Amino acid sequence: MTMAASVFLGYQRSDGSVGVRNHVLVIPTVICAAVVAERIAASIAPVGAALPHLAGCGQIGPDLNVTHETLAAYARHPNVGAVLVVALGCEQVVAQHLADTARQSGRPAQIVSIQGEGGTVRATARGIDIARELAASIGRVERTSIAAASLVLCVKCGGSDYTSGLASNPVVGRVADTLVDLGGAVVLGEIAEIMGAEHLLAARASSPAAGAHLLRVVNRVEAEAMALGLDIRGTQPSPGNIRGGLTTIEEKSLGATHKAGERTRLEDVVAYAAPITKRGLTVMDTPGLDVESVTGMVGGGAQVVVFTTGLGTPTGNPIAPVIKVTGNARTAQTMADNIDVDVSGVLTDAESFEAASARLLAEVLAVSSGRETAAERLGHREFAIHRRNPTI
Amino acid sequence: MTAAIVISAEDNVATALEPIERGQTIQTGGATVTAAEAIPRGHKIALRAIAVGDRVIKYGSPIGTASQAIVAGAHVHTHNVASGRGRGDLAAESATQTARIAEPPE
Repeated sequence: MTMAASVFLGYQRSDGSVGVRNHVLVIPTVICAAVVAERIAASIAPVGAALPHLAGCGQIGPDLNVTHETLAAYARHPNVGAVLVVALGCEQVVAQHLADTARQSGRPAQIVSIQGEGGTVRATARGIDIARELAASIGRVERTSIAAASLVLCVKCGGSDYTSGLASNPVVGRVADTLVDLGGAVVLGEIAEIMGAEHLLAARASSPAAGAHLLRVVNRVEAEAMALGLDIRGTQPSPGNIRGGLTTIEEKSLGATHKAGERTRLEDVVAYAAPITKRGLTVMDTPGLDVESVTGMVGGGAQVVVFTTGLGTPTGNPIAPVIKVTGNARTAQTMADNIDVDVSGVLTDAESFEAASARLLAEVLAVSSGRETAAERLGHREFAIHRRNPTI
Repeated sequence: MTAAIVISAEDNVATALEPIERGQTIQTGGATVTAAEAIPRGHKIALRAIAVGDRVIKYGSPIGTASQAIVAGAHVHTHNVASGRGRGDLAAESATQTARIAEPPE
């Protein structure tokens, strides 16, 4: 491993974290403020990023906590340089809490209230003024050379087919192994897609507690599905997965967990969007729906996402670059717009797993240094907070 | 390029990398098997006979159990393999309790 292969150009933050992007994040506290937030962010594109979401009111208990904590996690995310909170004025999510979270992490933060400013037009105009000032204030921050050990890499798969478990996920797994060897961190989510492979991850736990925690979380998700009295085969595997040759959730999971590497030790199991504090492998308790899952893992602190897809899928994120990797040569051609890295050569022996994973790691570091991903070029900024309870 | 790939020595299925025709003989992972029916690309072919209730093995781990007798060379998919996980529809029969490998602690 040469030096050139283990460093990137990132943003060193005053709180010690390292960003790979430098966004002004415009956070609506509640769905009612989402349109104003999106218009403000668009006025300073591409620096501006909005987090339109469906929650922020009509929530109680754990469901409200998840919304609050997810938005707060984005307010202090390494890829965010400054924060503008757009409030309605009568909602449950507390704008001041989000602004305080950003400021306590060393980021400038302001609040605009739609009711306080007197309507959509005034609030949007005031927000655009503030957003421009924030963008100017963080525009002077420059990238510096950073060790790859500072990366938290989110590994994700979606639109899986037979090539995911045979090609793209094992290539990503080798990148995960190398990154952890360098001192970095990897996060794997989607508990339902660990079901059937949990014994392999638990056997690699660095402590009995971490392994037991994983088995309890998988058991809880399975029990939730069982309690509905339904067969999860309606969604796991999905109809597209089944057409693609995946027969059972066990088969899907065994292929999916290859993304987390072969040598990485399971260090920790954390709640949705909770901070990832350990180097090595962390499993996050997220649902299997792609956007909710990526939203949670980026909230936990992942700066960059590697997302494998056999069938092809466009998902991005508002603040983290999402690198699309496919092992399906046909998808690489038919969905070329959406694909960043084609590793289908490993199935035809045209490329070794070692060469493909070295190429992917180089891409991760280049994207971390500022190279645009397909999802960023196409404006894919999907964001969805996991809901635990019905809206009241 | 081989027509089908076997991942682990314990596997009793291979994954077709190209469509396999009925009657086509393939060699993979040390086994030779003749397709009993057409196998679509990405789908699985049985490397040997699998009895009802026996485990179907891929990646060296069980991916389900045979719900019908599977002959060598047969297409192995949802019509003849049952998952044991998350089966709320079979909860009364405790399907998952027999299929789970690692039990969570109390």
